Amino acid sequence: MEGTSLLSWMAWTWPTAAFFVFILLCFVAMTVWEYFSPGGDPRRGVLGLTTTRGDRLFISLLGSAFVFLAWLGLVGLPLWPPLAIAIVYAILMFRFA
Amino acid sequence: MTKTVNNKAWVFVLPVFVMVAFNAIIPLMTVVNFSVQETFGDNVFFWAGVTWFEQVLRSDRFHAALGRQVAFSAIVLAIEIPLGLAIALAMPRKGIGVSICLVLMALPLLIPWNVVGAMWNILALPDIGLLGKAINALGIEYNYTRQPYAAWFTMVLMDVWHWTSLVVLLCYAGLVSIPDAYYQAAKVDGARAWAVFRYIQLPKLRHVLTIAILLRFMDSFMIYTEAVVLTGGGPGNATTFLSIDLVKTALGQFDLGPAAAMSIVYFLIILFLSWLFYTLMMRNVES
Repeated sequence: MEGTSLLSWMAWTWPTAAFFVFILLCFVAMTVWEYFSPGGDPRRGVLGLTTTRGDRLFISLLGSAFVFLAWLGLVGLPLWPPLAIAIVYAILMFRFA
Repeated sequence: MTKTVNNKAWVFVLPVFVMVAFNAIIPLMTVVNFSVQETFGDNVFFWAGVTWFEQVLRSDRFHAALGRQVAFSAIVLAIEIPLGLAIALAMPRKGIGVSICLVLMALPLLIPWNVVGAMWNILALPDIGLLGKAINALGIEYNYTRQPYAAWFTMVLMDVWHWTSLVVLLCYAGLVSIPDAYYQAAKVDGARAWAVFRYIQLPKLRHVLTIAILLRFMDSFMIYTEAVVLTGGGPGNATTFLSIDLVKTALGQFDLGPAAAMSIVYFLIILFLSWLFYTLMMRNVES
C-alpha cells in the first residue's frame, strides 16, 4: 500500500490491517452478543478471578499474544500451531475463566 | 418532549476518544505496521514478516536489557513502597508541620526528569560532586562512570529520591481519610501501634497502595530520561534498560523494524504485569 496518501506514513499492509479489523470485529461481536444475550455479569472461574465477558476477551487476546511470542522465540515459523493453541486457549478462557 | 439521557454523555466521551486515538491507538497501529517491515527511509517499506520478532526474542542483548529493567523495577518498588509508607505514617496530622512536610514532599515531583538526571549526574561525580566526593572521602572507591555497581547504586538512589514522595503523598492522603472512630475503637480495645497499623491502617490503604504500586511499577519499568541523562546506559551496558536499548535501536541505529518489534514485546510485558498486579491486588481487596 505505497503512495503519497495521508495514511502512507503509517505503512499499512494487508496482514496488519486484517489484524486490526479482526480486533474491531471482536469488539463488535461482543457488543452484539451482549445486546441479544445479556449475561456478561462477573463470575468466578478456574483462574480464581472474578471476570466479565470483556475480561475474558482481554485475557484471551493477551494470552494469545504471548502464545505467539513464545512460539516465535522458541520455535519460529510456521505460525499455524500457535494459532491453533491460541484458539483453543481462547475457547477455554471464555468457557471456564 | 422525549429526551435520551445518554446522548449528553457522548459529547464528553467523543473528544477523549479522539484524543486517545491520536496519542495512543494510531501510533500503536503504526508501530505494529513497522514491526513487520523493513525501511531505509523515504517512506519506502519492504515486507519482512515476523523476522524482527524472531530476532528480538532470541537476542541476548534484549534478554539482558529486559533483565536489567525487571531488576531495577523490583529494587525501586521494594524500597519506595515501604519507605513511602513509613514516611507517611511518621508525618504530622495537625499544625504547621503538615504544610511544611507536604511542600517538602512535593518538591522532587516538580522537577523535570531531565533536570533530575543532570542534578544527580553532577552530585555523584567523584571529583567535583558532593555525594561522589563524600563517599570517596569515607574510603569507599566510588565512580559511577566506571563501576557498574556504583552506577546502579546512583540510579536507584536517584529514583528513590525522585519518586518516594509520590508514594508518601498517596499514602498520606489515604491515612488522613481514615475516620477517627477506628482509632478511638482501637484505643478502647487497648490496641498497640503495630495492631493499629496491621488491622486498621494497612487494610484501609490497600486501594491507595494498589495505585501507588501500579504507578511506580509502570514508571520505573519505562524509565528513560533520568537514566539516559545520568549514565547514558553505561558504564558499558550496565544500566542499559529496555527503554534505552529501544531508543538506541530506533534512533541510533535507525533499525525501525526491530525497534518496533521490541516496542510491541515491551508493551505486552507492561500490559501483562500491570494487569497481573491490579488483578492480584483487587482480588485481595475483594477477599
